[in-house]
Amino acid sequence: MTTRGEHYIDDAPFDPQASATAPERRDLDAPNWLLIWRKFRRHRLALISGAFLLMCYLALPIAGFLAPYGPNHRHSEHLYAPPQGISLFHDGKFIGPHVYPTTSVANLETFQWEFTPDMSNPQKLRFFCKGDSYHLAGLIPANRHLFCAPEDAPVFLWGADRLGRDIYSRILYGAQLSLTVGLIGITVSFVLGIFFGALAGYFGGGIDWTINRVIEILRSLPELPLWLALSAAVPSNWGPVAVFFIISVILGILDWPGLARSVRSKFLALREEEFVRAAEMMGARPARVIRRHLLPNFMSHLIASATLSIPAMILGETALSYLGLGLRAPAVSWGVMLNDAQNLVNVELYWWTAIPMLPIIVVVLAFNFLGDGLRDSLDPYQD
Amino acid sequence: MTPLLTVNDLSIGFGANPPAVRGVSFAVNPGETLALVGESGSGKTVTCRTILRILPRSARFLSGQIALNLPDRQIDLTALGERAMRRVRGNLVSMIFQEPMRSLSPLHRIGNQVSEALCLHRSDGQRTPRRVAQVRVLETFARVGFPDPDRAYQAYPFELSGGMRQRAMIAMAMVTRPALLIADEPTTALDVTTQAQVLGLMKDLQRETGMAMIIVTHDLGVVANMAERVVVMHKGRVMESGPARDVLGTPGHAYTRQLFNAAPAIPAQTQAALPPANTDPILELKSVSKTYAVRGRNGWAPRTIVQACRGIDLSVQRGKTLAIVGESGSGKTTAARIALGAEVPDEGGEVLFHGPGGAAPLPVHLLDGPARVAFRRQAQMVFQDPYSSLSPRMRIIDALCEPLDIHGIGTPAERRDKAAEMLAQVGLGRDMMYRYPHAFSGGQRQRLSVARALMLDPSLLVCDEPTSALDVSVQDQILTLLEDIRDRMTLSYLFISHDLAVVARIADEVAVMRQGLVVEQATPDTLFHAPRHPYTRALIAAQPTPDISRPIDLSVVAQGAGSPQAWPEEFRFDAAGAPALTQVGDGHLVRAHV
Repeated sequence: MTTRGEHYIDDAPFDPQASATAPERRDLDAPNWLLIWRKFRRHRLALISGAFLLMCYLALPIAGFLAPYGPNHRHSEHLYAPPQGISLFHDGKFIGPHVYPTTSVANLETFQWEFTPDMSNPQKLRFFCKGDSYHLAGLIPANRHLFCAPEDAPVFLWGADRLGRDIYSRILYGAQLSLTVGLIGITVSFVLGIFFGALAGYFGGGIDWTINRVIEILRSLPELPLWLALSAAVPSNWGPVAVFFIISVILGILDWPGLARSVRSKFLALREEEFVRAAEMMGARPARVIRRHLLPNFMSHLIASATLSIPAMILGETALSYLGLGLRAPAVSWGVMLNDAQNLVNVELYWWTAIPMLPIIVVVLAFNFLGDGLRDSLDPYQD
Repeated sequence: MTPLLTVNDLSIGFGANPPAVRGVSFAVNPGETLALVGESGSGKTVTCRTILRILPRSARFLSGQIALNLPDRQIDLTALGERAMRRVRGNLVSMIFQEPMRSLSPLHRIGNQVSEALCLHRSDGQRTPRRVAQVRVLETFARVGFPDPDRAYQAYPFELSGGMRQRAMIAMAMVTRPALLIADEPTTALDVTTQAQVLGLMKDLQRETGMAMIIVTHDLGVVANMAERVVVMHKGRVMESGPARDVLGTPGHAYTRQLFNAAPAIPAQTQAALPPANTDPILELKSVSKTYAVRGRNGWAPRTIVQACRGIDLSVQRGKTLAIVGESGSGKTTAARIALGAEVPDEGGEVLFHGPGGAAPLPVHLLDGPARVAFRRQAQMVFQDPYSSLSPRMRIIDALCEPLDIHGIGTPAERRDKAAEMLAQVGLGRDMMYRYPHAFSGGQRQRLSVARALMLDPSLLVCDEPTSALDVSVQDQILTLLEDIRDRMTLSYLFISHDLAVVARIADEVAVMRQGLVVEQATPDTLFHAPRHPYTRALIAAQPTPDISRPIDLSVVAQGAGSPQAWPEEFRFDAAGAPALTQVGDGHLVRAHV
């Protein structure tokens, strides 16, 4: 240390020509998606939710394989059968997974089915067995199942409904429609939202004004009655697939204004960025500016907001079907299943008919956690 | 004399990174001003925020003592409980932040915000009654230079200009009569004339109240005008500290000397010089005006007309640099955007571009289709903010090749070679091509945007404040780079800046703008040697120079920086009319009645 009186001068070596071309933040030298992933990895809840949802969607095409029964397989002897446990030990001895057959007796005083298991007769579950036929991914016919009921006794993991159909199997089949309705709806809403939002945000002026007023009108309509009116307009003689498709499109059409607004505001913010001005100054046309500069820079925000609006779609489908105006039997969705649980007496006596609420809650929560995590990781340039 | 504040061996870290501040020690005496000088990332802001313990959550206190020595007691600021700390903040030690807009709540009247500071703090165990507080606030408002304190009391922050807002912040910090005032870059966001006045005000207030000040700044000129003691910081460490006279007079550390050499300064001795002859212009602006219609105060009021530019006549000579200097809102950026064809001037205005090889001049705003594309190739722009001028999603090579891609020039391999060549031109390595811009510092990014602007081999470059977002030493490098490539590639520049000192070295001719009008135009040497217009004089006088013997002359600043109606008779103008630009010497034009 050098000091002249009060004048202190540091004498550690100092290089005035410290390298001018070395990156300052080596840790940020990576494509955007990698930076987002690095940050996203730190959100444990979002990571778990993401993995869970991925698993759910991967399981959709093979739902038939995972379910022991077909969605409309009836057991007329087992109406409203309660959930059954699977045991491994019988009489203190390990004999593998098995169930006990039950017999149902109508109680004529309470008008309730009463089930009594026969505890002396364990029936082993069969694995990779042949059963009801189904189509893998809707295309390949197959009839193998991960596990089936023993020959002499049905298996109801989560009970049976009023027609004696296995609720567990129906939930798996129902997921196929309930989970995809969100995806189709969000695609419709995405396309409309980006198109109108971009139009309003980039060109401004009269276009912006008109689109904004349309958005405001759409948002001022009461949602549930509108859904009801639109789905009531679907002809009742259409097949389940057509109804399903039209329902998801309706959900999408009613959802786009929110997305269009966020696209528009993001556009307005990004338009002021100098790299956009630079591209315009270089002579780039609007289409190129939007495609090469604006869209990549807010796509991640869009994905996050889409993730957060899928739950609304799933809930919307459920609500419509629950009210009997969405999907209709023989189509199976979680909302259709809950339709059975409309009757208070049913829920009170046969609580398992309300089990389809569970996957809805779990999936909606998972989407929300995932979306939250995504939103937090989207600006990877600062800690 | 016991120092008022002593900071000893302070170290602060963020997360697992190496400490941002390492072993910093200094002391502030009562009534004295200490300047913490450094560039971005030097840890100066972290240091001064530690004193009030307002660091971000991720900061870790590693070591050090901070003690406040009052006449009656000593307070250890590192060990104080949160409740006791609140009594220190704003009462014994107050702070002024850099952004006056963001440090005032937009929803509350200025007067209420300032009197809140009084009402929160009890003096002698007694809460200040609202009525008394209001009187004190009005006194303080009058003191910090509000012409009408009652009106300011009722005003919302958005009604005030940047300078007035910063005065309100100063009033808020001063109203409790603190023993120590910490000002974190208090004038960086302000125009140079406003900066001079705010600095003068702070100095006066200090003289009156005898408080101590810590000024955090990157500007050695501000230091020379304000401080008795200086601490120079670099990468979290103190490089040099001591009395301002010693540190500024005989800088001992290589880093301090580097800062000195880089600091732009208005030359002390100059002579009048001739401007470049108007023989081979590349770009001509002819009576260019631009008016905007702004929505009225409420939905029924008629639209008001704002004149951004009023009859500008300028020409950029081939291979030379024309600089437009002015404060924010003077219309300089509008003029540049019109020059590039990004805005259309009002009826009667015209911009002519003379291509190379004596081709017929092109009217920039009447071009269509291919001619417009051709013009775009000839004229490029360098932007102000290096952090937003490169898309974060594009690798550097994609960003550089984009202009070629837009104009459909060359094969990918040729484009890549061209990009490598331009990187070399701006002093960067070829290995940068496949990296992403956010890994680089502001200076490196600004080099990249220069390289991108050069990709199309333009003949005219419009530089819109290319250095004002950069540190002084980096600013110096970028200016040198711009000078180099201008001479190497025979470019012409239209250079927009608010800083006369920056322009001093690079420009061949300077036009000073105020409220949409060019008020004076000459070579930089002539301007500094014999400025004629009061506004030019104010700009020159307000420029802080890192030399204690050349303090800012506030009377000159005050006269020229006021409204044009307050100027001496022959220069005066208003919205209705203005004197004409008159030739007063060889190539020296002044807007005045001569």
